[in-house]
Amino acid sequence: MVMGRFFSQRADRRIAITIATLSAAAALVPALNILAPSDSPLHVPSYVVALTGKYLCYALLALSLDLAWGYAGILSLGHGAFFALGGYAMGMYLMRQIGARGVYGNPDLPDFMVFLNWKELPWYWYGFDQFWFAALMVLVVPGLLAFVFGWFAFRSRVTGVYLSIMTQAMTYALLLAFFRNDMGFGGNNGLTDFKDLLGYNVQANTTRSALFAASAMALALGVFLTWWIVGSKYGKLLMAVRDAESRTRFLGWRAENAKLLAFTVSAMMAGVAGALYVPQVGIINPGEFDPGNSIEVVIWTAVGGRGTIVGPIAGALLVNTGKSYFTGALPELWLFVLGGLFIAVTLFLPKGIVGMWDGWRAKREAGEPAVSRFNAAVAPDPDPKFVRLSRAHQWPSSPEGAPTKPQPAE
Amino acid sequence: MAERSHTILYLDAVSVTFDGFRAINNLSLVLDRGEMRAIIGPNGAGKTTMMDIVTGKTRPDHGDVFFDGDIDLTLHDETEIAMLGIGRKFQKPTVFENHTVEDNLLLSLKGPRSIRSALFHRSSAGDSRRIDEILATIRLEARRGDLAASLSHGQKQWLEIGMLLAQDPKLLLVDEPVAGMTDAETEETARLLKDIARNHSVIVVEHDMHFVRELGVKVTCLHEGAVLSEGSLDAVSSDERVIEVYLGR
Repeated sequence: MVMGRFFSQRADRRIAITIATLSAAAALVPALNILAPSDSPLHVPSYVVALTGKYLCYALLALSLDLAWGYAGILSLGHGAFFALGGYAMGMYLMRQIGARGVYGNPDLPDFMVFLNWKELPWYWYGFDQFWFAALMVLVVPGLLAFVFGWFAFRSRVTGVYLSIMTQAMTYALLLAFFRNDMGFGGNNGLTDFKDLLGYNVQANTTRSALFAASAMALALGVFLTWWIVGSKYGKLLMAVRDAESRTRFLGWRAENAKLLAFTVSAMMAGVAGALYVPQVGIINPGEFDPGNSIEVVIWTAVGGRGTIVGPIAGALLVNTGKSYFTGALPELWLFVLGGLFIAVTLFLPKGIVGMWDGWRAKREAGEPAVSRFNAAVAPDPDPKFVRLSRAHQWPSSPEGAPTKPQPAE
Repeated sequence: MAERSHTILYLDAVSVTFDGFRAINNLSLVLDRGEMRAIIGPNGAGKTTMMDIVTGKTRPDHGDVFFDGDIDLTLHDETEIAMLGIGRKFQKPTVFENHTVEDNLLLSLKGPRSIRSALFHRSSAGDSRRIDEILATIRLEARRGDLAASLSHGQKQWLEIGMLLAQDPKLLLVDEPVAGMTDAETEETARLLKDIARNHSVIVVEHDMHFVRELGVKVTCLHEGAVLSEGSLDAVSSDERVIEVYLGR
């Protein structure tokens, strides 16, 4: 019992360190970028600020997926959709800020609408000239989609591979929809040529630094929120639902509601990540809905360690750093590296880097191979649903047919 | 109605068919308040399906299923039925392996089941006292902080019985509680169930005749989805039809 408390304290300490590091980065990196002279060894170049700012948004996206997948067992292959919707909400605000400075000089209509001969602003663009409204929509739109999707899916008890495929279909449907010009979101060009955010030039160093700081703080907040949720009795229920859903029903819990809350909160977190991402990269287009993007998020989370809070953040930062290196040095090899990495992680590190590290530490300290409290968050299930899914992908004609989710209570 | 009012469970002419297979065939079974009943029967007799019907997992095609006199169970789902006061232990021990023994009980404790109350839950002295009591009853005090995954098979069975106790149901459905247990554990489980039966109604499904004898309660033998024989264990086990079913012709 003492050991248990020690472990949980160490888990809490890790969260505190993560939050402190992110807060320090939010303060120091912009300061070193703006204040340190460019020839100083302490100077942080602007491209590093922009790049790491982007990575922090990815890390928040991975963390949001972890809440759904690692803790609630909902393997979403469409989390990129929530990210993109948050991004579009921010993009619409940024478009409205351009005003008469666009190529066509129309004070009300964004350029692409003028180009399409639209005479007036569609109703769903109303309100996006106000930052507060756009910020609200960043949370509401992904949250509402997740709520409605989850309401039907969880109530009909769709689980496992079938649910994953539905989330994939959802993001693909949105991809196709947003490609259409008559949807009013800029078609395949998306939204770009942003000028200012809250009155500050989005290209300026100071704005970029501020966006970096905002991303770091949003991630810190996400870490705190996830830690709080996961540590509550509700968090325990969530993991119980993940491991033995029907058992929780026979105990009187509404498993579908437990999953619905986690999925909705997770989608909102992904939306915030998307909203912070868009001004930093300067564009949002339907490509963000690409199913491949969502699968990449799953890989980041798996590499870092699902069911741990720090894992997906580490995974997102590591894999994206690798991606930046490889796509520069050996662009044609990147997809092979990514695929290989995923196979290697599922085969050799089923709990990801952080889960593996914790297991190793626990073993060393306890002097026995007992499963530690730490690993409690990671299902020891040797065949996580994703592996089953990828098997199904590799051998679609397998005589085993559609793999089913293990339901111990049935 | 008059006859039903003093029963805790009342099944009348219940039938259920899966793909043409009659799993339950015109089954009638009555359990009085406070009674413990053992249900025996060969594989495929419909024992587990009967439990599925009572707990809302399966809907009967025909027949009445009433709980506590006048609650029609066919109108409720699993969660509602659990809240009405029916607890179930599965054939294969189903505990939350990634949680500690204590957390398994915490999630089972009787109390509000809304998501909001779980999110803002503060552990109370009352909760931990109740958990202490249950741990003492199921003899797992020493394993309180251990993961359920690290328990032996028999201990998992007990933990699951403990989870049932934590729910504090009016009726307990216990499916094969001693499967895979050693003789000493079986004896211990019989003691535990008799203890529980003092203030709960219990249905125990079991193959182990030695264990059923230990319980010393009325026995119902199911066969092909219907009641074949009912009475004391001696009466049932000397019934010609029961012998025929068990030993074959």
